[in-house]
Amino acid sequence: MSTTFKPLDRDASTDAARSRRWLWLAAPPRFFALATALIPWCLALAAVLGAAGLWVGLWLAPTDAQQGEVYRIIFVHVPAAWMSMLIYLAMAGWAAIGLIFQARLASMMARALAPTGALMTFLALFTGALWGQPTWGTWWVWDARLTSELLLLFLYLGFIALHGSIEDPRRADRAAGLLALAGVINVPIIYFSVQWWNTLHQGASVSLTRAPSMASTMLSGMLLMALAFWAYSIAAALMRVRAQLLRREQHAAWAQSAAHTQARESQP
Amino acid sequence: MTVPASPTVAAPSSTRASQGAPVSPLALGGYWLRTELRVILRRGTDVIAALVFFLMVTTLFPFAIGSQPELLRAVGPGVVWVAALLSVLLSQAHLFSDEWRDGSLEQWLMHAPWPLLAVYARIGAQWLTSGVAITLMAPLIALQYGLTAPSVAVLMLSLLLGTPVLCLLGALAAALTLGVRHASLLMALVMLPLAVPVLVFGAGAVGAWQAGIDPEAHLSLLGALLALAVPLLGGAILWALRISVQQ
Repeated sequence: MSTTFKPLDRDASTDAARSRRWLWLAAPPRFFALATALIPWCLALAAVLGAAGLWVGLWLAPTDAQQGEVYRIIFVHVPAAWMSMLIYLAMAGWAAIGLIFQARLASMMARALAPTGALMTFLALFTGALWGQPTWGTWWVWDARLTSELLLLFLYLGFIALHGSIEDPRRADRAAGLLALAGVINVPIIYFSVQWWNTLHQGASVSLTRAPSMASTMLSGMLLMALAFWAYSIAAALMRVRAQLLRREQHAAWAQSAAHTQARESQP
Repeated sequence: MTVPASPTVAAPSSTRASQGAPVSPLALGGYWLRTELRVILRRGTDVIAALVFFLMVTTLFPFAIGSQPELLRAVGPGVVWVAALLSVLLSQAHLFSDEWRDGSLEQWLMHAPWPLLAVYARIGAQWLTSGVAITLMAPLIALQYGLTAPSVAVLMLSLLLGTPVLCLLGALAAALTLGVRHASLLMALVMLPLAVPVLVFGAGAVGAWQAGIDPEAHLSLLGALLALAVPLLGGAILWALRISVQQ
């Protein structure tokens, strides 16, 4: 190795090092180790933030002048609805990276996010129904936001079903990834069309462009809950990626030893 | 339905290409479209089955919901549109599966000139025998549901603009689910949520006309969807076909 570099060489070498550092994590054994290390932290963070959010939401936040105590379901409803949309975007983003750069791990992230996204969508619909009954007097209305949330659930289910029914895992990754991309282009169109079709839902209570129309304790409770949902979603996705890695790499030495270690640790 | 891939059909383009005179894409597309149509029409049962399905679904509704004229007039456009959606989906189920199974799809994707054009030719032929046929049958159903003549015209116009988008969506679903067990069920699961905007604007156009509102906005939006869908979904279908043959 020579001790002096020409500037051009140094640039090239740092670039190569940077890209290597990026790819370093994409190697399955390293990502497996990273996920194993991150999962307990994410779960702990989710528990702490969730407890704090519930404490703020259920004890500290004042009773709503119009709706009384029933509004408190907002602390689950709104974060779940946020996550349902955000996870779809994240899923489509990972799917695009997986398709364009042929990155297996990115496609696996997309697949791992889908059940969590479907769960959040279902939770948003379910808590919405529970909230709608006492306030609107009905479990369900064919309103723009409710309907597009339901269609979002169908998009998640279609993604999961398509991925599950193709046997070759790489082809399943690519086909489902393409479907996620088609879906993400379609989501604004669906939302617009459904809004055009019917609208009854109350306006968004939290908006980035104008001052929120709610007490700051309510807002902070909701943000805490949203962060807790974030931490939970990351942990759940990483756990799923870990399981998929073990299954897909079951013939690799590292995966077999990782499975053995895990089995040994889980024994009393 | 192995048209662009089969050697007899590929012959005109390849012999002409080997003589050094390149075939224009337009001529080739027209040739493919005619051949696709001939193949579909020779196996007429598929076309007839989809149309009869359309007719039967629309006939089922009065049995289930009652035959009050006002009720039928109100639900008519929606029923026709949902039945059209399902019928188009049904007719697309085996759009590429024969070639996929015998391996000619892979050959064709590798060697055919302008593969996107061949995809459009196949979907275009499929649309002419499903979407256009349904549009032509719509007045018959509209008569049973008591729609007035102008609303039938709006219905037909909306079907003419909307069914190509449904065909493209169905083709994408068919390409994604190649070789999968229970493919047609999965196709429905994949395609139906994406087809909601077409349904909203299509049935909405007739509803608006019945309510005394100008349906131009609905029809323009349907046209916009079509203009978006032709390039985007065409590319996506080709991509999905390539994915289906990759190992």
